[in-house]
Amino acid sequence: MPHIALSEGLAGIRGLLAFRPEMTNPLRGFMEILMRGDNSLTKGERELIATYVSHLNDCFFCQSSHGATAEYYLQCDIGFIERVKTNYESAEISEKLKALLAIAESVQRGGKHVTDEQVQKARELGATDYEIHDTVLIAAAFCMFNRYVDGLDTWAPDDLEFYRKGVKERAEGGYTNYDPYR
Amino acid sequence: MAFITLPEGLPGIRGPMAFRPETAKHLNELAEVLLRSDNSLTRGERELIATYVSSLNDCFFCQNAHGGLAQHYLQCDMAYIDQVKADFYSTNLSPKLKALLAIAGSVQAGGKHVTGEQIETARNLGATDLEIHDTVLIAAAFCMFNRYVDGLGTWAPQDRNIYVERAKWRADEGYVNFDLYR
Repeated sequence: MPHIALSEGLAGIRGLLAFRPEMTNPLRGFMEILMRGDNSLTKGERELIATYVSHLNDCFFCQSSHGATAEYYLQCDIGFIERVKTNYESAEISEKLKALLAIAESVQRGGKHVTDEQVQKARELGATDYEIHDTVLIAAAFCMFNRYVDGLDTWAPDDLEFYRKGVKERAEGGYTNYDPYR
Repeated sequence: MAFITLPEGLPGIRGPMAFRPETAKHLNELAEVLLRSDNSLTRGERELIATYVSSLNDCFFCQNAHGGLAQHYLQCDMAYIDQVKADFYSTNLSPKLKALLAIAGSVQAGGKHVTGEQIETARNLGATDLEIHDTVLIAAAFCMFNRYVDGLGTWAPQDRNIYVERAKWRADEGYVNFDLYR
């Protein structure tokens, strides 16, 4: 049971946004720019970073919902997402994205864990300042979202199909139109 | 030196915010609602939660910027802020705020660290669902802000009095109208 009285039937962050609608607009606007705004990192790559960090934070709701969104954008299967989460070095993703995932992993442990060498490596593989900035901010943001969702002990369905349902509409509608009741 | 090329002369979060104003806008809106809008938790109490979490995350810039604001709102001295950071149980804070700080400390460790007993204690001391919610979200948000600031290797003035002097302006202008260049 969640730590506070939330509307029944709204999983994960949905229950929280329904409880505190004043937070919805800033968080939606932030997510839209960060995850879907013009960027040399694809939407799929950004959702993959979010999924990976949510996995490291052991947040089932976030890793499943953003995993489903990544699956949709990348047109891949869950096996691929699982491979990225458990051992991205072995996954068929670009070397640049691997270097960015290494930075995201350090951010998850704490900002000071990011090293010059990691940044240098990402840069040598073609990462721009924008991409490094956005990787750090996406990783940091999911250290917030994951704690928000789990810190209030929200409910999350076990069945991964739940997260795939409506993912196309959510992905195409964007975060700005995110409706916690849908 | 920061990991990416940031506008010069801007310490802490101000550099990345000037580098990426598109995300900064929403982050400042979030801070405004979370830390300054109408709430049964005072602005001083909320800044204290932010300061405590930033101290746990060892983020020098954030713990001093928000510590300065807490000091301003609470009309206390720096030694008091330091005592809250080092051992809030030994301070004269209200038992309710102590219970909320304990929750914030667990959120910093990870969302799943918050226990039913901690929530129960806070509730028995008069904390409402909204106060518990906002405590969790403030703590989670500073797990983002701290990582954003340190994960990009930003610089921070070492003289702690600078933050205290700036706090008065910062309290007057709020987060939404925050001028990064001032």
